[in-house]
Amino acid sequence: MTQAVSLSAPATTAPSPIARAVREALFAGVISFGLFVLFIGLKSDQNIDNRLIVVTRWGTLAIVVALTMLGRFLFVGFLAPAFQARKARRAKVEVVSEAGFVKRNLLAIAIFALFLYPVFIISTAGLQGSLKWVDNFGIQILIYVMLAWGLNIVVGLAGLLDLGYVAFYAVGAYSYALLASELGWSFWILLPTAGILAAFWGVILGFPVLRLRGDYLAIVTLAFGEIIRLVLINWREVTNGSAGISGIPKIDFFGWFTFNVSDPNYFGKVFGLGVSGAYYKIFLYYLILLLALLTAFVTIRLRRMPVGRAWEALREDEIACRSLGINTTNTKLTAFAIGAMFGGFAGSFFAARQGFVSPESFVFLESAIILAIVVLGGMGSLPGIAIAAVVMIGGTEILREMNFLKLIFGPSFTPELYRMLLFGLAMVIVMLWKPRGFVGSREPTAFLRARKAVSSSFTKEGHG
Amino acid sequence: MAPNALLDVRNVETYYGNIRALNGVDVSVNQGEIVALIGANGAGKSTLMMTIFGSPRARSGQIVFDGTDITQMPTHEIARLRIAQSPEGRRIFPRMTVLENLQMGASLDKLKFFDEDVEKVFTLFPRLKERINQRGGTLSGGEQQMLSIGRALMARPRLLLLDEPSLGLAPLIVKGIFDAIRELNRTQGLTVFLVEQNAFGALKLATRGYVMVNGSVTMSGTGKDLLADPEVRAAYLEGGRH
Ligand SMILES: Nc1ncnc2c1ncn2[C@@H]1O[C@H](COP(=O)(O)OP(=O)(O)OP(=O)(O)O)[C@@H](O)[C@H]1O
Ligand SMILES: [Mg+2]
Repeated sequence: MTQAVSLSAPATTAPSPIARAVREALFAGVISFGLFVLFIGLKSDQNIDNRLIVVTRWGTLAIVVALTMLGRFLFVGFLAPAFQARKARRAKVEVVSEAGFVKRNLLAIAIFALFLYPVFIISTAGLQGSLKWVDNFGIQILIYVMLAWGLNIVVGLAGLLDLGYVAFYAVGAYSYALLASELGWSFWILLPTAGILAAFWGVILGFPVLRLRGDYLAIVTLAFGEIIRLVLINWREVTNGSAGISGIPKIDFFGWFTFNVSDPNYFGKVFGLGVSGAYYKIFLYYLILLLALLTAFVTIRLRRMPVGRAWEALREDEIACRSLGINTTNTKLTAFAIGAMFGGFAGSFFAARQGFVSPESFVFLESAIILAIVVLGGMGSLPGIAIAAVVMIGGTEILREMNFLKLIFGPSFTPELYRMLLFGLAMVIVMLWKPRGFVGSREPTAFLRARKAVSSSFTKEGHG
Repeated sequence: MAPNALLDVRNVETYYGNIRALNGVDVSVNQGEIVALIGANGAGKSTLMMTIFGSPRARSGQIVFDGTDITQMPTHEIARLRIAQSPEGRRIFPRMTVLENLQMGASLDKLKFFDEDVEKVFTLFPRLKERINQRGGTLSGGEQQMLSIGRALMARPRLLLLDEPSLGLAPLIVKGIFDAIRELNRTQGLTVFLVEQNAFGALKLATRGYVMVNGSVTMSGTGKDLLADPEVRAAYLEGGRH
């Protein structure tokens, strides 16, 4: 075996900033304690008898010391390294630094936090109080994360500007709504069914637009989205028109227990917990979290596979793709189909969550919001898109909570009416500040594998 | 017309709308040859390259590769017959890294021979290895040219089409690239069809050459003969290096 080529930077012996931060924080704590024990901890005062006494204020002292330590910890652990890295980048000096614990495990920490989120909410807000936080901020945002990740396959990776993505969301939602209420099929069968149906419609849309690109493609997909919506409105016998379909069955837990209070195997009864709407919401939260993670996982895997690479190459140069032997027709159709499939998954989830669907939910504005999230996130970047969804959807949800604005603008002021205005404003600001989205740079999918052996003579030649 | 030609272009006419860009072109490339095509700007050289690849498609005439009529084949199927090209304008994937670009070149074999082939490309163009994780779009012009040729080689081509590999490059780099082509031809028997503005370099390199004027081939012969031809010298070499 010849020597393996190591492309990664050699590990440094310097301690990680976190360890240093902890040490420095302790040190700062000792100093501030010594300093403040006489200033804050002890205070001389006069009592009623005009006698001088010493008042102790250990609580305040503890807070001050703790704040000092925290400040020092954050500064040494995060701020200073960030500044340094920035300075180093400016100076174009290659700094070899080991990423901190938080940075290295960011993904695992984020997923862990998402799984703990309902637990945290319930423990702070109580079971009933958790409803709003789990539903409006959890499920709502995650649906958009999933939709945007699905659309990202079409727009971000394959570079096909699709303005009618909501059509596939609608196909998924109506598939579940109709088949579950008419045939009584379980969600677990209908979820893949909805995905397949949506993928099928993705291919149907894909065929006529194969030769189109850019703005022309955008117009046709926009029309497609509207056609689906108009069919939903006008095909009354099946879809019940604008009135929509209500009473859509809830999702059961693989038949083990359900979330209908009247059922003998109701979740609350099975576990002896009593009746609460929160159980279903929490269940839905974990379900959509898993569905979103599935979308991300599939996207990440596909990007490393020939078809995913072909998508990205297609976005960059279609002619070059063809002359490399890539069938661009199939490549585009798979992008449409797989993107649509995730839209269909999300749609069937949406129907089950709402218990009601109507064409109102699938207007062009929805497509526009999903696309805006993809663009704001930085086309192609999964973390960027997730951030954008949190900012945009979470932001508009927070507006509902801003009742204090009524004190300023009068009681008739309803902040959520200004949702789109602020949405637009936020978009403009983000685009000015980061024109390529939150995460604008593309993550490469391939690195030279370290195990590959290269003769040393070759390496030398490489630098000759 | 050679009977055993690897590539045989017979009386091909190509149109852009109503404008005829090629009027009855006959060109053949034999196994193991380097064939150069020279001509002024707008003569139709790149059009011929692209017509061989099926986009635009020839309106009349026939293109035969190794006994298969490819005139009406879709581009990606033509590529599957192991014709590779470094097209005009290089057309590398700008947001992808050097390594990813090379991987795209090896799509046909699903990366089966990637590790082996990528080393060959790096031996040919050591500069690419140094820039392995750099994005294609940020490479210098010469490096992009190397990447474009490298990517074409990753497809294990039987016929390599090169459209102006010397465009915009420093003489030393041009020499490097021409040397690389000669090397590939000599050691691996790679057949090359080359379009060039650098007539002197191309004809010196080539086994045979064609001269194209206004969409027609007006002259052909061995590289040596064309270099010596007074008309060719007057039109394409005077004032140049010779
Ligand atoms: N897509 C197109 N649509 C219309 N006309 C075109 C197109 N591409 C090329 N042409 C025309 O066809 C003719 C031949 O062009 P071509 O690109 O083949 O020339 P060339 O010999 O490669 O020139 P150069 O050396 O400058 O690259 C030119 O007159 C050009 O204007
Ligand atoms: Mg040209």
